[in-house]
Amino acid sequence: MMLPGLAYLIINNYAPMFGLIIAFKNINFAQGIWGSDWIGLQNFEYLFKTTDAYIITRNTILYNGGFIILNLVIAVGIAILLNEIRSKIMARFYQSVVLLPFLISMVIVSYLVYAVLSIETGFMNKTVLPFLGLDAISWYSEAQYWPYILTIVHIWKSVGFYCVVYLAAIIGIDQEYYEAATLDGASKWQQIKSITLPLISPVITMMTLLAIGRIFYSDFGLFYQVPMDAGALSDTTNVIDTYVYRGLMQLGDIGMSSAAGLYQSLVGFILVLLANYIVRKINKDNALF
Amino acid sequence: MTHENKIWQWSANLFMMAVSIACLLPFALLVISSFTDEQAIISNGYSFFPEQFSLTAYRYLLDQSQELLRAYGITILVTVLGTSVSLVITSMLAYPLSRRDIPLRNPLAFFVFFTMLFNGGLVPTYLIYTQYLDIKNTIWALIIPGLLMNGFNVMLMRTFFITSIPVPILESAYIDGATEFRTFRSIVLPLSLPILATIGLFQTIGYWNDWFNGLVYLTDPKLFSIQNILNRILTDIQFLSNSGLGSNASQSMAKMPSGTVRMAIAVVGVIPILVAYPFFQKYFVKGITIGAVKG
Repeated sequence: MMLPGLAYLIINNYAPMFGLIIAFKNINFAQGIWGSDWIGLQNFEYLFKTTDAYIITRNTILYNGGFIILNLVIAVGIAILLNEIRSKIMARFYQSVVLLPFLISMVIVSYLVYAVLSIETGFMNKTVLPFLGLDAISWYSEAQYWPYILTIVHIWKSVGFYCVVYLAAIIGIDQEYYEAATLDGASKWQQIKSITLPLISPVITMMTLLAIGRIFYSDFGLFYQVPMDAGALSDTTNVIDTYVYRGLMQLGDIGMSSAAGLYQSLVGFILVLLANYIVRKINKDNALF
Repeated sequence: MTHENKIWQWSANLFMMAVSIACLLPFALLVISSFTDEQAIISNGYSFFPEQFSLTAYRYLLDQSQELLRAYGITILVTVLGTSVSLVITSMLAYPLSRRDIPLRNPLAFFVFFTMLFNGGLVPTYLIYTQYLDIKNTIWALIIPGLLMNGFNVMLMRTFFITSIPVPILESAYIDGATEFRTFRSIVLPLSLPILATIGLFQTIGYWNDWFNGLVYLTDPKLFSIQNILNRILTDIQFLSNSGLGSNASQSMAKMPSGTVRMAIAVVGVIPILVAYPFFQKYFVKGITIGAVKG
Protein backbone atom coordinates (compact mmCIF):
# COMPACT_ATOMS: atom_id res chain seq x y z
CA MET A 1 0.00 0.00 0.00
CA MET A 2 2.82 2.37 0.82
CA LEU A 3 4.88 1.58 -2.26
CA PRO A 4 3.68 4.27 -4.71
CA GLY A 5 4.13 7.02 -2.15
CA LEU A 6 7.56 5.83 -1.05
CA ALA A 7 8.66 5.42 -4.66
CA TYR A 8 7.63 9.00 -5.38
CA LEU A 9 9.56 10.32 -2.38
CA ILE A 10 12.64 8.40 -3.52
CA ILE A 11 12.51 9.84 -7.04
CA ASN A 12 11.36 13.35 -6.22
CA ASN A 13 13.05 13.96 -2.87
CA TYR A 14 15.86 11.51 -2.19
CA ALA A 15 17.46 11.04 -5.60
CA PRO A 16 18.17 14.78 -5.95
CA MET A 17 19.97 14.68 -2.60
CA PHE A 18 22.64 12.51 -4.21
CA GLY A 19 22.68 14.97 -7.05
CA LEU A 20 24.14 17.47 -4.59
CA ILE A 21 27.59 16.12 -5.51
CA ILE A 22 27.19 18.20 -8.67
CA ALA A 23 28.26 21.13 -6.53
CA PHE A 24 31.70 19.55 -6.20
CA LYS A 25 32.10 18.70 -9.85
CA ASN A 26 32.94 20.43 -13.06
CA ILE A 27 29.87 19.25 -14.94
CA ASN A 28 30.47 18.19 -18.47
CA PHE A 29 27.40 16.72 -20.13
CA ALA A 30 29.43 14.61 -22.53
CA GLN A 31 30.85 12.70 -19.55
CA GLY A 32 27.62 12.67 -17.56
CA ILE A 33 27.21 13.57 -13.91
CA TRP A 34 29.15 10.60 -12.57
CA GLY A 35 31.94 10.88 -15.14
CA SER A 36 32.63 14.59 -14.71
CA ASP A 37 35.80 15.68 -12.93
CA TRP A 38 35.87 16.42 -9.21
CA ILE A 39 36.93 19.95 -8.49
CA GLY A 40 36.46 20.05 -4.74
CA LEU A 41 35.30 23.35 -3.35
CA GLN A 42 36.08 25.49 -6.40
CA ASN A 43 32.41 26.21 -7.17
CA PHE A 44 31.97 27.47 -3.63
CA GLU A 45 35.07 29.62 -3.87
CA TYR A 46 33.70 31.29 -7.00
CA LEU A 47 30.32 31.75 -5.39
CA PHE A 48 31.54 33.36 -2.19
CA LYS A 49 34.02 35.60 -3.96
CA THR A 50 31.18 37.38 -5.72
CA THR A 51 29.16 40.11 -4.02
CA ASP A 52 26.11 38.12 -5.11
CA ALA A 53 26.65 35.64 -2.30
CA TYR A 54 26.37 38.39 0.30
CA ILE A 55 23.37 40.06 -1.33
CA ILE A 56 21.33 36.90 -1.82
CA THR A 57 22.05 35.64 1.69
CA ARG A 58 21.18 38.98 3.27
CA ASN A 59 18.00 39.38 1.24
CA THR A 60 16.86 35.82 1.87
CA ILE A 61 17.32 35.99 5.62
CA LEU A 62 15.96 39.50 6.13
CA TYR A 63 12.85 38.92 4.02
CA ASN A 64 12.02 35.52 5.47
CA GLY A 65 12.81 36.58 9.04
CA GLY A 66 10.47 39.54 8.60
CA PHE A 67 7.80 37.34 7.02
CA ILE A 68 7.93 34.84 9.88
CA ILE A 69 7.41 37.51 12.53
CA LEU A 70 4.75 39.46 10.61
CA ASN A 71 2.82 36.36 9.57
CA LEU A 72 2.80 35.14 13.15
CA VAL A 73 1.70 38.39 14.77
CA ILE A 74 -0.88 39.38 12.15
CA ALA A 75 -2.33 35.90 11.64
CA VAL A 76 -2.66 35.14 15.35
CA GLY A 77 -4.18 38.59 15.88
CA ILE A 78 -6.76 38.14 13.13
CA ALA A 79 -7.53 34.57 14.24
CA ILE A 80 -8.24 35.75 17.81
CA LEU A 81 -10.47 38.56 16.53
CA LEU A 82 -12.32 36.20 14.20
CA ASN A 83 -12.97 33.83 17.07
CA GLU A 84 -14.44 36.67 19.12
CA ILE A 85 -16.95 37.73 16.50
CA ARG A 86 -20.41 36.61 17.59
CA SER A 87 -22.23 36.72 14.30
CA LYS A 88 -21.50 33.36 12.67
CA ILE A 89 -22.40 34.70 9.23
CA MET A 90 -19.95 37.60 9.47
CA ALA A 91 -17.20 35.39 10.92
CA ARG A 92 -17.59 32.98 8.03
CA PHE A 93 -17.59 35.82 5.52
CA TYR A 94 -14.37 37.34 6.91
CA GLN A 95 -12.71 33.96 7.02
CA SER A 96 -13.50 33.23 3.38
CA VAL A 97 -12.38 36.65 2.23
CA VAL A 98 -9.08 36.61 4.12
CA LEU A 99 -8.25 33.28 2.50
CA LEU A 100 -9.04 34.45 -1.05
CA PRO A 101 -5.60 35.84 -1.92
CA PHE A 102 -4.09 32.51 -0.87
CA LEU A 103 -6.07 30.79 -3.63
CA ILE A 104 -4.66 32.63 -6.62
CA SER A 105 -1.38 32.10 -8.41
CA MET A 106 1.67 34.34 -8.20
CA VAL A 107 1.36 35.05 -11.91
CA ILE A 108 -2.01 36.64 -11.31
CA VAL A 109 -0.68 38.43 -8.23
CA SER A 110 2.01 39.94 -10.41
CA TYR A 111 -0.72 41.14 -12.80
CA LEU A 112 -2.45 42.79 -9.86
CA VAL A 113 0.77 44.43 -8.72
CA TYR A 114 1.39 45.57 -12.27
CA ALA A 115 -2.06 47.16 -12.42
CA VAL A 116 -1.21 49.11 -9.29
CA LEU A 117 2.43 49.99 -10.01
CA SER A 118 2.76 50.15 -13.79
CA ILE A 119 4.73 53.27 -14.70
CA GLU A 120 2.45 54.49 -17.50
CA THR A 121 -0.96 53.23 -16.43
CA GLY A 122 -0.69 52.08 -12.82
CA PHE A 123 -3.26 52.99 -10.20
CA MET A 124 -0.53 54.47 -7.99
CA ASN A 125 1.02 56.75 -10.61
CA LYS A 126 -2.26 57.74 -12.27
CA THR A 127 -4.60 58.09 -9.31
CA VAL A 128 -3.02 57.92 -5.85
CA LEU A 129 0.17 59.97 -6.26
CA PRO A 130 -1.46 62.80 -8.29
CA PHE A 131 -4.22 62.95 -5.68
CA LEU A 132 -1.57 63.42 -2.98
CA GLY A 133 0.20 65.95 -5.18
CA LEU A 134 3.28 63.77 -5.63
CA ASP A 135 5.31 62.95 -8.72
CA ALA A 136 5.02 59.61 -10.49
CA ILE A 137 7.58 56.99 -9.50
CA SER A 138 9.02 54.43 -11.90
CA TRP A 139 8.48 51.55 -9.54
CA TYR A 140 10.06 48.84 -11.64
CA SER A 141 13.45 50.54 -11.68
CA GLU A 142 13.75 51.85 -8.12
CA ALA A 143 15.12 49.10 -5.92
CA GLN A 144 14.58 50.87 -2.59
CA TYR A 145 10.79 50.48 -2.60
CA TRP A 146 10.75 46.72 -3.13
CA PRO A 147 11.38 45.51 0.40
CA TYR A 148 8.08 47.16 1.35
CA ILE A 149 6.21 46.14 -1.77
CA LEU A 150 7.27 42.50 -1.52
CA THR A 151 6.49 42.36 2.19
CA ILE A 152 3.00 43.79 1.68
CA VAL A 153 2.31 41.43 -1.22
CA HIS A 154 3.55 38.44 0.74
CA ILE A 155 1.48 39.22 3.81
CA TRP A 156 -1.56 39.96 1.70
CA LYS A 157 -1.25 36.61 -0.03
CA SER A 158 -0.33 34.27 2.80
CA VAL A 159 -1.71 35.62 6.04
CA GLY A 160 -5.13 34.09 5.41
CA PHE A 161 -3.70 30.60 5.37
CA TYR A 162 -1.84 30.99 8.67
CA CYS A 163 -4.91 32.63 10.09
CA VAL A 164 -7.02 29.54 9.31
CA VAL A 165 -4.42 27.26 10.90
CA TYR A 166 -4.42 29.31 14.11
CA LEU A 167 -8.18 29.72 14.05
CA ALA A 168 -8.52 25.95 13.82
CA ALA A 169 -6.32 25.62 16.92
CA ILE A 170 -8.35 28.24 18.81
CA ILE A 171 -11.65 26.57 17.95
CA GLY A 172 -10.19 23.36 19.41
CA ILE A 173 -9.82 24.98 22.86
CA ASP A 174 -12.32 23.73 25.43
CA GLN A 175 -14.99 26.40 26.07
CA GLU A 176 -15.01 25.59 29.79
CA TYR A 177 -11.75 27.46 30.29
CA TYR A 178 -13.39 30.65 29.07
CA GLU A 179 -16.54 30.10 31.10
CA ALA A 180 -14.49 29.62 34.26
CA ALA A 181 -12.42 32.72 33.45
CA THR A 182 -15.54 34.81 32.84
CA LEU A 183 -16.97 33.70 36.20
CA ASP A 184 -13.74 34.78 37.85
CA GLY A 185 -14.18 38.18 36.23
CA ALA A 186 -11.32 37.96 33.73
CA SER A 187 -11.41 40.60 30.99
CA LYS A 188 -11.21 39.68 27.30
CA TRP A 189 -7.60 40.78 27.22
CA GLN A 190 -6.72 38.63 30.25
CA GLN A 191 -8.48 35.65 28.71
CA ILE A 192 -6.51 36.01 25.49
CA LYS A 193 -3.25 36.40 27.37
CA SER A 194 -3.67 33.52 29.80
CA ILE A 195 -5.88 31.04 27.95
CA THR A 196 -5.82 31.44 24.18
CA LEU A 197 -2.14 32.20 23.62
CA PRO A 198 -0.71 29.50 25.91
CA LEU A 199 -3.07 26.87 24.52
CA ILE A 200 -2.25 27.55 20.88
CA SER A 201 1.48 27.92 21.53
CA PRO A 202 2.25 24.33 20.40
CA VAL A 203 0.78 25.08 16.97
CA ILE A 204 2.58 28.45 16.87
CA THR A 205 5.87 26.76 17.74
CA MET A 206 5.39 24.04 15.14
CA MET A 207 4.53 26.48 12.36
CA THR A 208 7.43 28.75 13.32
CA LEU A 209 9.91 25.87 13.47
CA LEU A 210 8.85 24.70 10.01
CA ALA A 211 9.19 28.27 8.76
CA ILE A 212 12.66 28.64 10.30
CA GLY A 213 13.70 25.40 8.63
CA ARG A 214 12.69 26.99 5.35
CA ILE A 215 14.23 30.40 6.06
CA PHE A 216 16.79 29.83 3.33
CA TYR A 217 14.08 29.03 0.80
CA SER A 218 12.05 31.86 -0.61
CA ASP A 219 8.75 31.95 -2.37
CA PHE A 220 10.22 31.86 -5.87
CA GLY A 221 7.07 33.30 -7.44
CA LEU A 222 7.09 36.30 -5.14
CA PHE A 223 10.67 37.24 -5.86
CA TYR A 224 10.70 36.33 -9.55
CA GLN A 225 7.21 37.09 -10.87
CA VAL A 226 6.14 40.07 -8.83
CA PRO A 227 9.21 42.26 -9.63
CA MET A 228 8.93 40.85 -13.19
CA ASP A 229 12.51 39.61 -13.18
CA ALA A 230 13.66 43.23 -13.55
CA GLY A 231 17.45 43.49 -13.43
CA ALA A 232 17.42 47.02 -11.99
CA LEU A 233 15.77 45.72 -8.82
CA SER A 234 18.10 42.80 -8.18
CA ASP A 235 19.82 44.53 -5.26
CA THR A 236 16.68 44.16 -3.15
CA THR A 237 14.82 41.37 -4.94
CA ASN A 238 17.49 38.74 -5.63
CA VAL A 239 17.30 35.79 -3.24
CA ILE A 240 18.99 32.39 -3.28
CA ASP A 241 16.12 30.76 -5.19
CA THR A 242 16.06 33.32 -7.97
CA TYR A 243 19.86 33.20 -8.14
CA VAL A 244 19.84 29.40 -8.50
CA TYR A 245 17.09 29.58 -11.12
CA ARG A 246 18.88 32.23 -13.18
CA GLY A 247 22.14 30.31 -12.92
CA LEU A 248 20.49 27.14 -14.21
CA MET A 249 18.00 28.39 -16.82
CA GLN A 250 19.34 31.71 -18.04
CA LEU A 251 23.12 31.59 -17.61
CA GLY A 252 23.70 27.85 -17.81
CA ASP A 253 26.13 28.07 -14.89
CA ILE A 254 25.26 24.76 -13.28
CA GLY A 255 28.30 24.58 -10.99
CA MET A 256 27.74 27.89 -9.24
CA SER A 257 24.00 27.38 -9.21
CA SER A 258 24.21 23.98 -7.52
CA ALA A 259 26.81 25.26 -5.06
CA ALA A 260 24.29 27.92 -4.03
CA GLY A 261 21.63 25.22 -3.87
CA LEU A 262 23.68 23.02 -1.55
CA TYR A 263 24.56 26.01 0.63
CA GLN A 264 20.82 26.66 0.86
CA SER A 265 19.81 23.08 1.73
CA LEU A 266 22.58 22.62 4.26
CA VAL A 267 22.16 25.88 6.15
CA GLY A 268 18.38 25.39 6.21
CA PHE A 269 18.84 21.93 7.68
CA ILE A 270 21.28 23.14 10.34
CA LEU A 271 18.94 26.00 11.26
CA VAL A 272 15.96 23.72 11.81
CA LEU A 273 18.04 21.34 13.93
CA LEU A 274 19.26 24.26 15.98
CA ALA A 275 15.82 25.79 16.41
CA ASN A 276 14.36 22.45 17.38
CA TYR A 277 17.17 21.90 19.89
CA ILE A 278 16.46 25.25 21.53
CA VAL A 279 12.72 24.57 21.70
CA ARG A 280 13.46 21.14 23.19
CA LYS A 281 15.54 22.76 25.90
CA ILE A 282 12.70 25.12 26.81
CA ASN A 283 9.72 22.83 26.46
CA LYS A 284 10.13 19.26 25.27
CA ASP A 285 6.50 18.89 24.21
CA ASN A 286 6.66 21.72 21.71
CA ALA A 287 9.65 20.40 19.80
CA LEU A 288 9.16 19.10 16.28
CA PHE A 289 11.13 15.90 16.89
CA MET B 1 -24.44 41.72 26.49
CA THR B 2 -22.22 43.86 28.66
CA HIS B 3 -20.94 47.25 27.59
CA GLU B 4 -17.37 45.99 27.26
CA ASN B 5 -18.50 43.16 25.01
CA LYS B 6 -20.41 45.52 22.75
CA ILE B 7 -17.34 47.66 22.21
CA TRP B 8 -15.35 44.52 21.49
CA GLN B 9 -17.85 43.30 18.92
CA TRP B 10 -17.95 46.66 17.19
CA SER B 11 -14.21 47.14 16.98
CA ALA B 12 -13.56 43.54 15.96
CA ASN B 13 -16.12 43.82 13.16
CA LEU B 14 -14.81 47.18 12.02
CA PHE B 15 -11.25 45.92 11.93
CA MET B 16 -12.20 42.77 10.03
CA MET B 17 -14.19 44.86 7.56
CA ALA B 18 -11.05 46.85 6.83
CA VAL B 19 -9.02 43.65 6.41
CA SER B 20 -11.67 42.20 4.09
CA ILE B 21 -11.68 45.30 1.93
CA ALA B 22 -7.89 45.17 1.67
CA CYS B 23 -8.19 41.55 0.53
CA LEU B 24 -10.92 42.23 -2.03
CA LEU B 25 -9.88 45.54 -3.61
CA PRO B 26 -7.11 44.14 -5.85
CA PHE B 27 -9.58 41.58 -7.24
CA ALA B 28 -12.03 44.37 -7.92
CA LEU B 29 -9.35 46.30 -9.79
CA LEU B 30 -8.58 43.18 -11.85
CA VAL B 31 -12.20 42.53 -12.80
CA ILE B 32 -13.08 46.16 -13.43
CA SER B 33 -10.06 46.75 -15.64
CA SER B 34 -10.90 43.66 -17.72
CA PHE B 35 -14.22 45.37 -18.52
CA THR B 36 -12.64 48.75 -19.20
CA ASP B 37 -12.14 50.34 -22.58
CA GLU B 38 -8.50 50.03 -23.70
CA GLN B 39 -8.24 53.75 -24.51
CA ALA B 40 -9.52 54.69 -21.07
CA ILE B 41 -6.69 52.67 -19.49
CA ILE B 42 -4.07 54.21 -21.73
CA SER B 43 -5.16 57.77 -20.88
CA ASN B 44 -6.26 57.40 -17.22
CA GLY B 45 -4.54 54.25 -16.04
CA TYR B 46 -6.14 51.32 -14.26
CA SER B 47 -9.01 52.64 -12.21
CA PHE B 48 -11.88 51.52 -10.01
CA PHE B 49 -14.18 54.00 -11.75
CA PRO B 50 -13.20 53.92 -15.43
CA GLU B 51 -14.63 56.44 -17.83
CA GLN B 52 -15.85 53.82 -20.24
CA PHE B 53 -16.78 50.19 -19.92
CA SER B 54 -16.28 47.79 -22.77
CA LEU B 55 -16.57 44.08 -23.54
CA THR B 56 -13.87 44.15 -26.21
CA ALA B 57 -11.43 42.11 -24.17
CA TYR B 58 -13.86 39.25 -23.70
CA ARG B 59 -14.91 39.39 -27.37
CA TYR B 60 -11.26 39.10 -28.31
CA LEU B 61 -10.94 36.06 -26.04
CA LEU B 62 -13.91 34.42 -27.77
CA ASP B 63 -12.34 35.04 -31.18
CA GLN B 64 -8.96 33.72 -30.10
CA SER B 65 -10.50 30.97 -28.04
CA GLN B 66 -8.70 28.00 -29.56
CA GLU B 67 -5.35 28.51 -27.85
CA LEU B 68 -7.08 29.47 -24.64
CA LEU B 69 -9.42 26.49 -24.74
CA ARG B 70 -6.55 24.05 -25.18
CA ALA B 71 -4.72 25.65 -22.26
CA TYR B 72 -7.91 25.38 -20.22
CA GLY B 73 -8.26 21.72 -21.14
CA ILE B 74 -4.66 21.02 -20.14
CA THR B 75 -5.09 22.87 -16.85
CA ILE B 76 -8.25 20.89 -16.02
CA LEU B 77 -6.69 17.57 -17.02
CA VAL B 78 -3.56 18.23 -14.97
CA THR B 79 -5.55 19.40 -11.96
CA VAL B 80 -8.00 16.49 -11.93
CA LEU B 81 -5.42 13.80 -12.65
CA GLY B 82 -2.80 15.26 -10.31
CA THR B 83 -5.20 15.80 -7.44
CA SER B 84 -6.74 12.32 -7.66
CA VAL B 85 -3.43 10.47 -7.93
CA SER B 86 -2.10 12.63 -5.14
CA LEU B 87 -5.00 11.81 -2.81
CA VAL B 88 -4.66 8.10 -3.54
CA ILE B 89 -0.93 7.81 -2.91
CA THR B 90 -0.90 10.25 0.01
CA SER B 91 -3.65 8.40 1.88
CA MET B 92 -2.15 5.00 1.05
CA LEU B 93 1.12 6.11 2.58
CA ALA B 94 -0.40 7.94 5.53
CA TYR B 95 -2.78 5.21 6.66
CA PRO B 96 -0.20 2.47 7.41
CA LEU B 97 1.94 5.10 9.15
CA SER B 98 -1.00 5.84 11.44
CA ARG B 99 -1.25 2.22 12.62
CA ARG B 100 0.64 1.25 15.74
CA ASP B 101 1.10 -2.37 14.66
CA ILE B 102 2.97 -1.78 11.43
CA PRO B 103 6.60 -2.99 11.29
CA LEU B 104 9.26 -0.29 10.76
CA ARG B 105 6.67 2.40 11.56
CA ASN B 106 9.12 4.87 13.07
CA PRO B 107 11.89 4.59 10.46
CA LEU B 108 9.29 4.96 7.70
CA ALA B 109 7.74 7.98 9.39
CA PHE B 110 11.20 9.52 9.63
CA PHE B 111 11.79 8.73 5.95
CA VAL B 112 8.76 10.88 5.14
CA PHE B 113 9.49 13.55 7.73
CA PHE B 114 13.09 14.04 6.60
CA THR B 115 11.94 15.27 3.18
CA MET B 116 10.44 18.25 5.00
CA LEU B 117 13.82 19.17 6.47
CA PHE B 118 16.32 18.62 3.69
CA ASN B 119 16.22 18.51 -0.08
CA GLY B 120 18.44 18.44 -3.10
CA GLY B 121 17.35 21.76 -4.52
CA LEU B 122 16.44 22.86 -8.01
CA VAL B 123 19.54 21.89 -10.00
CA PRO B 124 19.75 18.17 -9.13
CA THR B 125 15.96 17.84 -9.34
CA TYR B 126 15.97 19.45 -12.75
CA LEU B 127 18.77 17.18 -13.96
CA ILE B 128 17.05 14.04 -12.70
CA TYR B 129 13.75 14.87 -14.37
CA THR B 130 15.34 15.95 -17.65
CA GLN B 131 18.37 13.67 -17.96
CA TYR B 132 17.09 10.42 -16.47
CA LEU B 133 13.30 10.58 -16.66
CA ASP B 134 13.03 12.51 -19.91
CA ILE B 135 10.06 14.51 -18.74
CA LYS B 136 10.78 17.64 -20.72
CA ASN B 137 7.91 18.75 -22.97
CA THR B 138 5.50 16.05 -21.86
CA ILE B 139 2.27 16.45 -19.95
CA TRP B 140 3.92 14.62 -17.02
CA ALA B 141 6.15 17.63 -16.48
CA LEU B 142 3.10 19.51 -15.26
CA ILE B 143 1.99 16.71 -12.94
CA ILE B 144 4.92 14.92 -11.39
CA PRO B 145 7.81 17.17 -10.32
CA GLY B 146 7.40 18.54 -6.83
CA LEU B 147 3.61 18.64 -6.75
CA LEU B 148 2.33 15.08 -6.61
CA MET B 149 2.92 14.40 -2.93
CA ASN B 150 4.71 16.03 -0.03
CA GLY B 151 5.72 15.11 3.47
CA PHE B 152 3.58 17.80 5.07
CA ASN B 153 0.35 16.43 3.58
CA VAL B 154 1.28 12.87 4.56
CA MET B 155 1.90 13.97 8.15
CA LEU B 156 -1.33 16.00 8.25
CA MET B 157 -3.30 13.00 7.04
CA ARG B 158 -1.56 10.56 9.34
CA THR B 159 -2.40 12.69 12.36
CA PHE B 160 -6.03 12.82 11.27
CA PHE B 161 -6.16 9.02 10.98
CA ILE B 162 -4.55 8.57 14.40
CA THR B 163 -6.86 10.99 16.19
CA SER B 164 -10.19 10.38 14.51
CA ILE B 165 -10.42 6.77 13.37
CA PRO B 166 -11.33 4.65 16.43
CA VAL B 167 -9.24 1.48 16.57
CA PRO B 168 -12.19 -0.73 17.70
CA ILE B 169 -13.93 -0.08 14.38
CA LEU B 170 -10.88 -1.37 12.53
CA GLU B 171 -10.66 -4.40 14.78
CA SER B 172 -14.29 -5.32 14.26
CA ALA B 173 -13.77 -5.08 10.51
CA TYR B 174 -10.95 -7.63 10.72
CA ILE B 175 -13.09 -9.93 12.83
CA ASP B 176 -15.70 -9.76 10.09
CA GLY B 177 -13.01 -10.94 7.71
CA ALA B 178 -12.22 -7.71 5.84
CA THR B 179 -8.76 -7.42 4.28
CA GLU B 180 -6.47 -4.48 5.12
CA PHE B 181 -7.20 -2.86 1.81
CA ARG B 182 -10.95 -3.29 2.12
CA THR B 183 -10.94 -1.83 5.63
CA PHE B 184 -9.03 1.13 4.32
CA ARG B 185 -11.37 1.66 1.38
CA SER B 186 -14.74 1.11 2.97
CA ILE B 187 -14.18 2.25 6.54
CA VAL B 188 -11.20 4.58 6.88
CA LEU B 189 -11.68 6.72 3.76
CA PRO B 190 -15.40 7.45 4.26
CA LEU B 191 -14.64 8.57 7.81
CA SER B 192 -11.89 10.88 6.57
CA LEU B 193 -13.78 13.28 4.32
CA PRO B 194 -12.60 16.45 6.14
CA ILE B 195 -8.92 15.68 5.67
CA LEU B 196 -9.39 14.36 2.12
CA ALA B 197 -11.24 17.57 1.23
CA THR B 198 -8.54 19.70 2.85
CA ILE B 199 -5.64 17.98 1.07
CA GLY B 200 -7.76 17.88 -2.07
CA LEU B 201 -8.16 21.64 -1.90
CA PHE B 202 -4.43 22.18 -1.32
CA GLN B 203 -3.64 20.00 -4.32
CA THR B 204 -6.29 21.54 -6.55
CA ILE B 205 -4.97 25.02 -5.78
CA GLY B 206 -1.41 23.79 -6.26
CA TYR B 207 -2.07 22.26 -9.67
CA TRP B 208 -4.39 24.94 -10.97
CA ASN B 209 -1.99 27.71 -10.01
CA ASP B 210 1.28 26.06 -10.89
CA TRP B 211 3.34 27.88 -13.48
CA PHE B 212 6.78 26.86 -12.25
CA ASN B 213 6.90 23.35 -13.75
CA GLY B 214 5.74 24.75 -17.06
CA LEU B 215 8.38 27.47 -16.89
CA VAL B 216 11.17 25.02 -16.13
CA TYR B 217 10.25 21.89 -18.08
CA LEU B 218 8.19 23.11 -21.06
CA THR B 219 9.29 24.93 -24.18
CA ASP B 220 6.42 23.71 -26.36
CA PRO B 221 3.49 26.18 -26.12
CA LYS B 222 1.06 23.39 -27.11
CA LEU B 223 1.33 22.04 -23.57
CA PHE B 224 0.98 25.37 -21.81
CA SER B 225 -1.54 25.67 -19.00
CA ILE B 226 -3.48 28.86 -18.37
CA GLN B 227 -0.86 30.04 -15.90
CA ASN B 228 1.94 29.40 -18.40
CA ILE B 229 0.12 31.47 -21.01
CA LEU B 230 -0.36 34.30 -18.52
CA ASN B 231 3.29 33.98 -17.62
CA ARG B 232 4.40 34.02 -21.25
CA ILE B 233 2.40 37.18 -21.94
CA LEU B 234 4.06 38.80 -18.95
CA THR B 235 7.60 37.83 -19.99
CA ASP B 236 6.96 39.06 -23.52
CA ILE B 237 6.03 42.49 -22.18
CA GLN B 238 9.14 42.47 -20.02
CA PHE B 239 11.31 41.47 -22.92
CA LEU B 240 9.95 44.30 -25.04
CA SER B 241 10.22 46.94 -22.35
CA ASN B 242 13.70 45.81 -21.26
CA SER B 243 15.15 45.62 -24.74
CA GLY B 244 13.88 49.09 -25.66
CA LEU B 245 13.55 48.25 -29.34
CA GLY B 246 11.56 51.40 -30.03
CA SER B 247 9.46 51.25 -33.18
CA ASN B 248 10.00 47.51 -33.57
CA ALA B 249 8.71 46.99 -30.08
CA SER B 250 5.55 48.95 -30.68
CA GLN B 251 4.92 46.89 -33.79
CA SER B 252 5.08 43.61 -31.89
CA MET B 253 3.18 45.26 -29.04
CA ALA B 254 0.31 45.78 -31.44
CA LYS B 255 0.11 42.05 -32.14
CA MET B 256 0.10 41.13 -28.49
CA PRO B 257 -2.96 40.97 -26.27
CA SER B 258 -3.59 44.41 -24.89
CA GLY B 259 -3.82 45.37 -21.24
CA THR B 260 -7.51 44.63 -20.88
CA VAL B 261 -7.22 41.26 -22.61
CA ARG B 262 -4.48 40.23 -20.20
CA MET B 263 -6.73 41.14 -17.32
CA ALA B 264 -9.60 39.21 -18.90
CA ILE B 265 -7.44 36.07 -19.23
CA ALA B 266 -6.41 36.48 -15.60
CA VAL B 267 -10.07 36.75 -14.56
CA VAL B 268 -10.94 33.65 -16.55
CA GLY B 269 -8.01 31.86 -14.89
CA VAL B 270 -9.15 32.77 -11.38
CA ILE B 271 -12.84 31.93 -11.66
CA PRO B 272 -12.75 28.10 -11.46
CA ILE B 273 -10.81 28.18 -8.18
CA LEU B 274 -13.25 30.65 -6.69
CA VAL B 275 -16.16 28.47 -7.79
CA ALA B 276 -14.62 25.31 -6.32
CA TYR B 277 -13.62 26.93 -3.03
CA PRO B 278 -17.02 27.09 -1.24
CA PHE B 279 -17.55 23.36 -1.78
CA PHE B 280 -14.35 22.55 0.07
CA GLN B 281 -14.63 25.26 2.65
CA LYS B 282 -16.94 23.56 5.11
CA TYR B 283 -14.43 20.74 5.52
CA PHE B 284 -11.44 23.00 5.54
CA VAL B 285 -11.17 24.26 9.11
CA LYS B 286 -12.26 20.88 10.45
CA GLY B 287 -9.59 19.06 8.46
CA ILE B 288 -6.83 21.39 9.61
CA THR B 289 -8.06 21.44 13.22
CA ILE B 290 -7.55 17.79 13.73
CA GLY B 291 -4.70 17.40 11.28
CA ALA B 292 -2.52 20.15 12.71
CA VAL B 293 -2.18 18.53 16.11
CA LYS B 294 1.32 17.15 16.36
CA GLY B 295 1.39 13.37 15.93
